[in-house]
Amino acid sequence: MLSVKNLHAGVGGKEILRGVDLDVRAGEVHAIMGPNGSGKSTLAQLLAGREGYEVTAGSVRYLDRDLLAMSPEERAQEGVFLAFQYPVEIPGVSNALFLKTGLNSIRKHRGLPELDAMDFLQLLRDKMKLLGMDENLLSRAVNEGFSGGEKKRNEILQLAVLEPKLAILDETDSGLDIDAVKLVADGVNAMRSPERAIVLVTHYQRLLNFIVPDAVHVLSQGRIVRSGGAELAQELEQHGYSWVETETEAQRKTA
Amino acid sequence: MPAATKQLDELIGREYRHGFFTAVETDTVPRGLNEDTIRMISARKNEPEFMLDWRLKAYRHWLTMTEPQWANVHHPPIDYQNIFYYSAPKSEKAGPRSLAEIDPALLRTYEKLGVPLKEQELLAGVAVDAVFDSVSVATTFKEKLAGLGIIFCSFSEAVQQHPELVKQYLGTVVPYTDNFFASLNSAVFSDGSFCYVPPGVRCPMELSTYFRINAMNTGQFERTLIIADKDAYVSYLEGCTAPIRDENQLHAAVVELIALEGAQIKYATVQNWYPGDKEGKGGIYNFVTKRGECRGANSHISWTQVETGAAITWKYPSVILRGDNSRGEFYSVALTNNFQQADTGTKMTHIGRNTKSTVISKGISAGHGQNSYRGLVKVLSGAENARSYTQCDSLLLGDQCSANTFPYIEVKNPSARVEHEASTSRIGEDQLFYCMQRGISPEEAVSMIVSGFCKAVFQNLPMEFAVEAQKLLGVSLEGSTG
Repeated sequence: MLSVKNLHAGVGGKEILRGVDLDVRAGEVHAIMGPNGSGKSTLAQLLAGREGYEVTAGSVRYLDRDLLAMSPEERAQEGVFLAFQYPVEIPGVSNALFLKTGLNSIRKHRGLPELDAMDFLQLLRDKMKLLGMDENLLSRAVNEGFSGGEKKRNEILQLAVLEPKLAILDETDSGLDIDAVKLVADGVNAMRSPERAIVLVTHYQRLLNFIVPDAVHVLSQGRIVRSGGAELAQELEQHGYSWVETETEAQRKTA
Repeated sequence: MPAATKQLDELIGREYRHGFFTAVETDTVPRGLNEDTIRMISARKNEPEFMLDWRLKAYRHWLTMTEPQWANVHHPPIDYQNIFYYSAPKSEKAGPRSLAEIDPALLRTYEKLGVPLKEQELLAGVAVDAVFDSVSVATTFKEKLAGLGIIFCSFSEAVQQHPELVKQYLGTVVPYTDNFFASLNSAVFSDGSFCYVPPGVRCPMELSTYFRINAMNTGQFERTLIIADKDAYVSYLEGCTAPIRDENQLHAAVVELIALEGAQIKYATVQNWYPGDKEGKGGIYNFVTKRGECRGANSHISWTQVETGAAITWKYPSVILRGDNSRGEFYSVALTNNFQQADTGTKMTHIGRNTKSTVISKGISAGHGQNSYRGLVKVLSGAENARSYTQCDSLLLGDQCSANTFPYIEVKNPSARVEHEASTSRIGEDQLFYCMQRGISPEEAVSMIVSGFCKAVFQNLPMEFAVEAQKLLGVSLEGSTG
């Protein structure tokens, strides 16, 4: 579904990603872990189409198309979803309207009829119940005055409503207490399906106690320095990131 | 320039849609202004002596005045001798007696603008008075309103049919000495709308005036006078458009509202005069004096305006809170794109006890637009317990535009409580990216973000008007983020 090859990218001449390779197939959950500043969020945002990054080498294929050539809204309409690390506030625009506009643009793109207000509301209520969300969040302005936990759950709600093919979650667990992490994880697990790929970007291993990934990658200084199964996350938890970093350093020296 | 911004730039480039010209024969008085011009206008309208006297007094006073320079707007000097002060479609010279007598070319003009004048099409329940260049061409629903004792007609007709009301109220809120443009208007105004709602009557439908400048080099000087007698209620809408022309055209209107004891007047404007082209050429100078007086106790006046057009907007719909417990409100959305300039706001003058004013202003600047809020809250010494709240927000799209806030507060009574809040924000790349990442096009995203920003104002507009205003805002913004 997603194939990243030798991706080099940066901001203002400063290289952040230095040759990332990543292959994600439908039905899989991949976790990308790494210390602060390793380029995790850059990778997530770049895949979603955020402006301001210069790609200097490499390619990204998504469903056999050149992802980097697509506009952000086209990526979204084609099924790429990013759960934001810092969800954005839009004053005066109700959460429900925002979601409905997004969903209907995507449905239109896929040749599906747009949902009317009643059907949409029903869909929304069902999804919210699953996430244990308060209905009053629908009439409130997008993310305005939401608590940290509410914002993150709101991202998962959008994920559940938009039903993307490729979901990228950028530090969705950060700043959440353990109960909230569990709720978010339940939401994500409910979305696992053979047609959908999920990429979890996270600093901590604890989210992976609830969402067991098929593959774990460690990103360090803009490169994936190690890949493995779910057990890799456990090792990281025990030894810390310095462990892979020293190891990589040692490898580089021998090379 | 980032890709999203570039796309937005293209979107904002959409053109003015009301820029057509209707070819009708006109009856025009010669270019320029002197006492003869005024006598001619007055004679064409067959006015009683008191009107001519008033006009001449206004003119003589105007000669002693100079154009105000304090507003934060810039334009080349206006040559007042190069303007036609009166232009009327020839076929309407005698004034139409019924809709059937109206020149079909004019009816088509209004249909093109989406303002149907045929009564059978007015089931929506909005009574319309349409002013084309200098004269009123049609007032609909007149009979139905007359049944309730409501007078809704063109100003010219009011002068003929109800001279006592005109004499009693004209110039009592905006005197002919008030300011340069109001004096000019008082001298040369050609038509406008008049409305009187008798005591205890609630006007059952929205009243509406639609203004259209058509002829070239013509100034439009209309005058609107609305009186809500004791415990009466009226809601009034005003819309404006003009053809595309390279020359600037002057529009200097005056609106006076009078609310007697317990009365309420709601006045809403959606102003979409031709704003000039992308280089700032042409467009309407919209120099307007609008003022309401809460003359009686417990009266209530609210202004709502959505200003998206005009090359320069210079207007301050104001309320004089004379009656005890009276309330004044001002809700405004002003948008400037390309080279448009707006200096707009309000004056709330608290005279009576327990008077209250609320001001919500939303300024949106895009392109090279300049947007200034200028507001005065004045509490006189007798205004025990006055309350005033102002909230003034500016939204910037791009980095070539500007927003300014000039709040003035004068308080002469220690029991007053005056609050002022202001904010300036920019449509962030963050907000746009967030919307786009949810599949929303940049065009829709900007329009949604701007509508959200204006929500507090739009909710004061009648439903259909709010929808219209949102659409207009979307159109006016096309091509605007740089």
